[in-house]
Amino acid sequence: MSAVATDPPVLEVRDLVTRYPIRRGVLGTLRREPQQAVHAVEGVSLSLGAGEMLALVGESGCGKTTVAQSIIRLVDPVSGTIELDGRDLTGLSQRALRPIRRSVQMIYQDPYESLDPRLRVRQAIEEPLVIHHVGGDRTERRRLIEEALARVELTPPSMFLERFPHELSGGQRQRVAIAASLVLDPKVLVADEPVSMLDVSVRAGVLRLLDGLRRSGNLSVLMITHDLSTAAHFADRIAVMYLGRIVEEGPARQVVRDPQHPYTKALLSVVPKRDPRERSELQILTGEPPNPVEPPSGCRFHPRCPVALDRCRTEDPALRDVPGADEHRAACVLVG
Amino acid sequence: MTLLEVRDLHVWFDLPDGGRLHAVRGVSFELEAGERVGLVGESGCGKTTTILAMLGLLPASATVAGAVLLDGTNVLAADEDETRPHRWTDISMVFQGAMNALNPVKTVQSQIVEPMALHGTAFGAEAKAKAGELLELVGISAAAGARYPHEFSGGMRQRAALAMALACDPKVLLADEPTTALDVMVQAQILELMLRLTRELGLALVLVTHDLPVVAQVCERAAVMYAGEIVEAGRLDDLFHEPKHPYTRMLFAATPDLYGEGEVLSIPGAPPRLDRDLVGCPFRARCDRAFDRCKVESPLLVPVGDGRVAACHLNDEPVAAGADA
Repeated sequence: MSAVATDPPVLEVRDLVTRYPIRRGVLGTLRREPQQAVHAVEGVSLSLGAGEMLALVGESGCGKTTVAQSIIRLVDPVSGTIELDGRDLTGLSQRALRPIRRSVQMIYQDPYESLDPRLRVRQAIEEPLVIHHVGGDRTERRRLIEEALARVELTPPSMFLERFPHELSGGQRQRVAIAASLVLDPKVLVADEPVSMLDVSVRAGVLRLLDGLRRSGNLSVLMITHDLSTAAHFADRIAVMYLGRIVEEGPARQVVRDPQHPYTKALLSVVPKRDPRERSELQILTGEPPNPVEPPSGCRFHPRCPVALDRCRTEDPALRDVPGADEHRAACVLVG
Repeated sequence: MTLLEVRDLHVWFDLPDGGRLHAVRGVSFELEAGERVGLVGESGCGKTTTILAMLGLLPASATVAGAVLLDGTNVLAADEDETRPHRWTDISMVFQGAMNALNPVKTVQSQIVEPMALHGTAFGAEAKAKAGELLELVGISAAAGARYPHEFSGGMRQRAALAMALACDPKVLLADEPTTALDVMVQAQILELMLRLTRELGLALVLVTHDLPVVAQVCERAAVMYAGEIVEAGRLDDLFHEPKHPYTRMLFAATPDLYGEGEVLSIPGAPPRLDRDLVGCPFRARCDRAFDRCKVESPLLVPVGDGRVAACHLNDEPVAAGADA
């Protein structure tokens, strides 16, 4: 962690805003109804150091996946900057982005869908090399493929090269998907719920693999997850999102043990604990997060906040340092 | 008398290639009114098949043996006509995709009324009033019953599915991964609701899930299933703090905890195939404590003290199975 503070971040996102326009339809357009948009991400900043794992957590619809998709430019942000090694990606054309795409790879939730069922493991891992015109001749590519398989602990590689996805278990499939990302030697791996489709008994293995990869090489991991226990266990830092904003971020252990934002506190209180004796007092928030088409005024959390004050209706708090804590910030008027 | 007793339940599936898969291999458990029992294990362990068999909902390719006694009557009847009267009135079910299984072109209320009419428990205005009460019970306003499922959020639809499961005042609710597709806050809302229902209505709950922390927080007792069998059962507190089967210990160790300090360890290997005869302990290939006897002798599920049962040879040995957990 100390290295993170001094070295420049590998990935730096500043004030990211991403919205999805809602289709008005022909009639709506003729009637000149106002163009509405889903405010998916409203001013998110985050940075990822070399070898760091950052977990972006929150409920569905909070915008965490949109942040990931904006970073790999599957969607175009409205404003903000995304810098990879100091170079802003937001203004680049898709063509100019192509060589950079190698450096930021994504793995998805469902390895049953993300792998082409007709491609053998060898072909699935070779495809990115072919697309990006890297890896040289066939023998060289073969070496890279075997190396990638070894890195995801599918050994000996010869046992897996010629298999089809249906001949693999869920955990093995996700490892192949990771290998297909690693073969391009990326700097950043964006992992969107990488284990939630896998069986409990194999989840830990895949998470430990990601953990080992980022500790051993120049790989940083941005993990998108709704599972706070996993985030607490494997990430260096946690950023909690609510309705398009980061409401709290800091060192994983500290956020979990000493949460500052009322939303984080509530969220942590309802995470079921393994030990039946450990029953925390549940702070169940009623209802569900409001519609991101028309987010609430002031603090976005105030309509559900158990400790909201009058001023929370109008005042939109920015992330601020938690007194006495290092690199721990929360966006709440009660903090600081 | 015990409210529900599952006795030596077996399920076989006929495979297209002529083989047979022994999916549930002699499962037995009991349940009292108002009690909450968890059925946990990895996918393919037979937990869902067990409850589908209890409801008589398995496909024609399945052969079921054993007994499911409800108030002493065996409801595991051979044919549909004998099972149907019990389904929904005595035993009902809510499952993971329930919120997506609502009929999109019918109002929520009419879908709650439907099972009442079908089973003849209530009709007309009475049924509608009851549907309203049930919606209020699960935290939805009665007026919202006039709306269609797409107007509800995922959490609300899962509540509506719960209201539907309660339509005919069942004694037992079988819940299969009822919160797996939901967010943690909505999950907490639904789990609290289910807790309240067991306390207030005396409903007995069988919670089927792979999520150990959910079971740890909701259930009093649990049965851990592996390869179609119960390998250990007892109070949750005992299962966590003093497991008597290595699988129980390893399953807890594979689950990350918010405040857990220890390493999270995956369980190597995969469960055995169930389309052939098993010799010895089914878990031995993945077990970190297996010894010679496990290869040849299949351990029986026997009492290991304090109302607990476990199927592990280590419990016969001087050093207990979970001693180093």
